[in-house]
Amino acid sequence: MAQLFLYLTLTGYFGATLLWLGFFLVQREGYCRWGARVMGGGLAAHTLALIQQTWSVGYLPVATFGNTLLVFDWTLVAVFLLLNWRYPIKVLGALVAPLAALLVSGALILPPGQGTVSPLLQGFWLTVHISLTLLGYAALALAFLGGIFYLIQERQIKAKKFGFFYRRLPSLSQLDTLNYWCLSIGFPLLTGGIISGSLYAQHTMGRFWSWDPKEILTLLAWLIYAVLLHERLTVGWRGRRAAWLAICGFLVLVCTFVGASLWLTGYHSFGKFIQQP
Amino acid sequence: MNLLLFGVNHKTAALSLREKLASLIPDLGQAYQSLKAWPELSEVLLYTTCNRVELMCVTEEPEAADARVRAFFAGHPEITAAALEESFYLRRDQEAVQHLFRVAASLDSMVVGEPQILGQVKAAYRAATEHGATGPILNRLLHKAFSVAKRVRYETGIGDHAVSVSYAAVTLGRKIFGDLRGKNVLLLGAGEMAELALEHLRGQGVARITVANRTLSRGVRLAARFQGEAVSLEELEAQLLVADILISSTGADHYLLTRDQVKAVMRRRKQRPLFLIDIAVPRDLDPAINDLDNVYLYNIDDLEEVAEQGLQHRRQEAAKAERMVAAETLKFQDWLATLEAFPTIIALKDKAEAICQAELKKTLSQLGPVTPEQRQALEVLTISITQKLLHHPIIYLKRNHHLKRPHRELNLVRRLFNLDADDQDNSSEKN
Repeated sequence: MAQLFLYLTLTGYFGATLLWLGFFLVQREGYCRWGARVMGGGLAAHTLALIQQTWSVGYLPVATFGNTLLVFDWTLVAVFLLLNWRYPIKVLGALVAPLAALLVSGALILPPGQGTVSPLLQGFWLTVHISLTLLGYAALALAFLGGIFYLIQERQIKAKKFGFFYRRLPSLSQLDTLNYWCLSIGFPLLTGGIISGSLYAQHTMGRFWSWDPKEILTLLAWLIYAVLLHERLTVGWRGRRAAWLAICGFLVLVCTFVGASLWLTGYHSFGKFIQQP
Repeated sequence: MNLLLFGVNHKTAALSLREKLASLIPDLGQAYQSLKAWPELSEVLLYTTCNRVELMCVTEEPEAADARVRAFFAGHPEITAAALEESFYLRRDQEAVQHLFRVAASLDSMVVGEPQILGQVKAAYRAATEHGATGPILNRLLHKAFSVAKRVRYETGIGDHAVSVSYAAVTLGRKIFGDLRGKNVLLLGAGEMAELALEHLRGQGVARITVANRTLSRGVRLAARFQGEAVSLEELEAQLLVADILISSTGADHYLLTRDQVKAVMRRRKQRPLFLIDIAVPRDLDPAINDLDNVYLYNIDDLEEVAEQGLQHRRQEAAKAERMVAAETLKFQDWLATLEAFPTIIALKDKAEAICQAELKKTLSQLGPVTPEQRQALEVLTISITQKLLHHPIIYLKRNHHLKRPHRELNLVRRLFNLDADDQDNSSEKN
């Protein structure tokens, strides 16, 4: 059942990808309106799939890398559609939609975990920890994508070469505002994720912080975002510098999410979540 | 008699070379004095705008005049003859006329159809007449050019989007700020071009307009027109703290803003983006300013790229305008050709007059005493006979049937009436 919903999701996201890319190329309003609708349809199927999975196992399915990707993808699309509704930067869809489609494909390709899931992963507070963190990731991922657009557009305007992207990308100030919004939403969420995680760790393992590789990398990313937010508010760092920091911060987060979970060992890695039968 | 037009424009020369050439002529009086001192140039007109430096002259000795003018422009110590050779163009006669018409009608502008150029050419012509540098041919040519420009403006649509710099500034501003509403504009210098840009920006709903000008009275007048505020140039840095868009078009010969100044200002404005437009030649703003983060500096050459995008609409109307220019060029060429026939016509009339007088004298001496009435009747008779006889040859000359080889007809008439008695043997040998 969940599998069927996932294939529907995948179809929806790929359809949205085509529409958004079409919009990016020919710049017709209709394409991006339909892109958002199709993406919304995909999100609905995605939601049903997640509900079905959660229902069947009794907790948020985040025990394997594939499952976590799926949850992250859901938050990404949800945050994007929310942003698109309140503060439309239409071309962003041309990056978000293919990314969402790729993440779902990845989740479907990755092998499903076998065996019993550690009871550590079944508590309510853990769900809070993971939801906050993944929502934060999603907002910061949008800041990252916006940062890439900002750098491209800024280069065109600075170098006075008005190529393919100049007409298609939004104004610098819109992209910079996107950076600020995503940061001011993503940073508190990430902070909340870290705090709830460390409280949960104190509750279950008796210590707040255990210098696990994932924790260290997350702290590094958090510091980058903290510096950016602080400098933004005090001395007015913006534009190129803000875009670069948002990109760096997110790259560290990707390392945290992918690298620390798969290759580095620590109690956060997915390998530890499932006890082999 | 030949018409020559020398020059460089935005298509052939980079801004730096145009700046150097323009700086050669800081004082028009002096320039005209040295140009008029050369006997080769009988009439001269010099005009420099942001996008071109051109010189038009009437001469009897085109080769000598060519050398003279090139030497004049190579007078700048930093201009190499090679650089000049590369970007200089020379147009002759019909091409020169057409070029001037196209310039005045704004067909040769950076942005086709922009209206400032006509005013600039008019001002340059006024200056040239004040210095006594023009003569009958350039006077007529320029007046024709103005009327062609007016016809092009009113009868074609190329002026509809005529916005050049302003258009480019607005599009770019939108890509930087997203929305121009609520932005503050600071104007440095109160030129015609800057005024146009202001008009356009105000149409986009900018919040506040401030004019900083060297002569305060002019700044106040301009500011009043846009419900803005006038300040002095000394307040520039303080004004930069609140401005978002700066348009600079002063005639200063040094940079009004350097990189370090802007850097300090940016820190104090908390890095809010700043869009600087430098439409002055020579430049007012240090090009290195563009290296700073969140500062976007555009000069007149850069704006061409942006303006290029609005050009498509105007292409069609421009073709219509080109037809008008071509027709007017031909008409002027006809007039010039009749000008060539003038000496022949005068010689013809003189010869007839001389024959009349001689014959009259002979007849009168043979007739003996006559009353003044009789004498007058005889004079009228001879004059009307010669006039009627010459009427058609003169019309024939003026009409000038062989546009491509006007000299053939002139020679024919001169030989027919033996107007060049001394050269008669030579010409008969040649033919």
